[in-house]
Amino acid sequence: MSENIPGFSTLAIHAGAAPDPSTGARATPIYQTTSFVFDDVDHAASLFGLQAFGNIYTRITNPTTAVLEERVAALEGGTAALATASGHSAQLLCFHTLMQPGDNIVAANKLYGGSINQLNHSFKSFGWSVKWADPDDLNTFEAAIDENTKAIFIESLANPGGIVMDIEAISALAKAKGIPLVVDNTMATPYLCRPIEHGADIVLHSLTKFMGGHGNSMGGIIVDGGSFDWSAGGRYPLLSEPRPEYQGIVLHETFGNFAFAIACRVLGLRDLGPAISPFNSFMILTGIETLPLRMQRHSDNAKKVALHLSGHSKVNWVSYAALPEDKHHALQQKYMPKGAGAVFTFGVEGGYDAGVALVSKCELFSHLANIGDTRSLIIHPASTTHRQLTDDQKTAAGAGPDVVRISVGLEEVDDIIADLDQALSD
Amino acid sequence: MNHDSYSDTYIKGILDEVKTVAMIGASANTVRPSYFVLKYLLSKGYDVWPINPGQAGKDILGQTVYASLDDVPDVPDMIDIFRNSEAAGQIVEQVLQSGKLPKVIWMQLTVRHDEAAKRAEAAGIKVVMDRCPKIEYGRLSGEIGWAGVNSKTISARRPTLKSGFQHRGLTGKSES
Ligand SMILES: Cc1ncc(COP(=O)(O)O)c(C=O)c1O
Repeated sequence: MSENIPGFSTLAIHAGAAPDPSTGARATPIYQTTSFVFDDVDHAASLFGLQAFGNIYTRITNPTTAVLEERVAALEGGTAALATASGHSAQLLCFHTLMQPGDNIVAANKLYGGSINQLNHSFKSFGWSVKWADPDDLNTFEAAIDENTKAIFIESLANPGGIVMDIEAISALAKAKGIPLVVDNTMATPYLCRPIEHGADIVLHSLTKFMGGHGNSMGGIIVDGGSFDWSAGGRYPLLSEPRPEYQGIVLHETFGNFAFAIACRVLGLRDLGPAISPFNSFMILTGIETLPLRMQRHSDNAKKVALHLSGHSKVNWVSYAALPEDKHHALQQKYMPKGAGAVFTFGVEGGYDAGVALVSKCELFSHLANIGDTRSLIIHPASTTHRQLTDDQKTAAGAGPDVVRISVGLEEVDDIIADLDQALSD
Repeated sequence: MNHDSYSDTYIKGILDEVKTVAMIGASANTVRPSYFVLKYLLSKGYDVWPINPGQAGKDILGQTVYASLDDVPDVPDMIDIFRNSEAAGQIVEQVLQSGKLPKVIWMQLTVRHDEAAKRAEAAGIKVVMDRCPKIEYGRLSGEIGWAGVNSKTISARRPTLKSGFQHRGLTGKSES
């Protein structure tokens, strides 16, 4: 077995998870413990000094979480991964490892709204700034990069607009500038798109969404692509310089092509602390076992719903990359040919009031602020997540008065369509 | 043989077969990679003979340090090289001339000398380059997964336990 690389569905079930050697438990046990007993003082010293593999304390590593980490690393084709309490904390630890005060990130301006807030506002307190670029005009990335830029950040498939980014072209630019490309792959998942194969250096996820897939557990992860040379320009001192946190260890030299994941763990997670609960790791792992089946069905259902809505008299436009006439269809065919995911936006005839009426009349769709559940979900951003903005600001953010976002679930697609039809009717 | 990638069977065969390791470039500095590997290999039951002319006669982790390969107690099963690629080539040349041939010559991460490898292989020595035995042992035993690292192996069999709580071995007998 080990001589052939197993297929995606095999990895989704097996990667990282051997039977428990002391009990024979075949499902990964939930190691719901804070701490782990040392064999002796020397063993403890080896663990604290990073000289031996093993667990000390669940803030840093946990055997249930480790299975999740290895599983996602394998699915993304990375060298290692670090799971965190949420998608946002994965972003925090990733950038904390890359950035010093005064540095900046060049990011696509089409990102999940929460990420835009994090970059614009929260990161200021760390002395980090963001420069926005337009994924539909790659020159804007090049123009934004300066000597203090430490990373490019994009989403493979942007939430919510259905925008597919040209990962290879942006990666070429990042390589030319000697900075890593960080890709949030939450909306596509590695089933639809594997950014590392297209040149991404680091992949992030909110595991809260399609990876867990059942709307029951928060989680995030950082996947190390293993390809970036952290020592080349000396611009990433957490990786290339002796670290006082560990008596002068140089992480890149010691851990080679998985040093980034280790640095996020031992310098980021250890000190900042957003550890995922082992119980959540277990729930997400169980979800990942069916990722290939779910993601295909999500995408197939969403395409049928999008096709139906694009012919609907009460719908003015649909933004979904799997539709042949969509602006991002060619990029979708290149980067995620199996499907364009579950989430898209459309515009209702009648604007704000029609959007409010639609969400309030749904019976099957749940009105809430999430994506990536087995259930179909709907939200009218202008009256909820974006209600504090002016109309102009709403439109600029892709949350104009007529915009409705759905995350198509795994129910019978006829029932999903019927619910939207009845809710759109007068 | 192709040195761009190695099969798990090849690497595991080496780690199973080898009992004694001469480590060229072993450091007494507790945060250097060679110190990590020395400590790890000792914990897995290998006899490791550190070689470092600057430390000769002293000991590292309880092991006597030797000035050169000529001084170690016996012909080692494996020579593990923590030097740069050029130095590694010279070491291979000296080994071949000495006639005291190890079963394996292993060069650490970033160390690679294809010409030297060819000559060593022609003399019947197995060669591994640009790899770390600690990482490979951790990968094949499953220990490395505890750090979230992709072991690139899957198995539905029982992992091999060694003594103590968090201590795995390669396949074979469990110790406890
Ligand atoms: C694309 C994307 N990235 C990141 C996040 C943040 O993840 P979390 O809510 O798990 O912190 C989300 C959440 O909606 C998201 O959709």
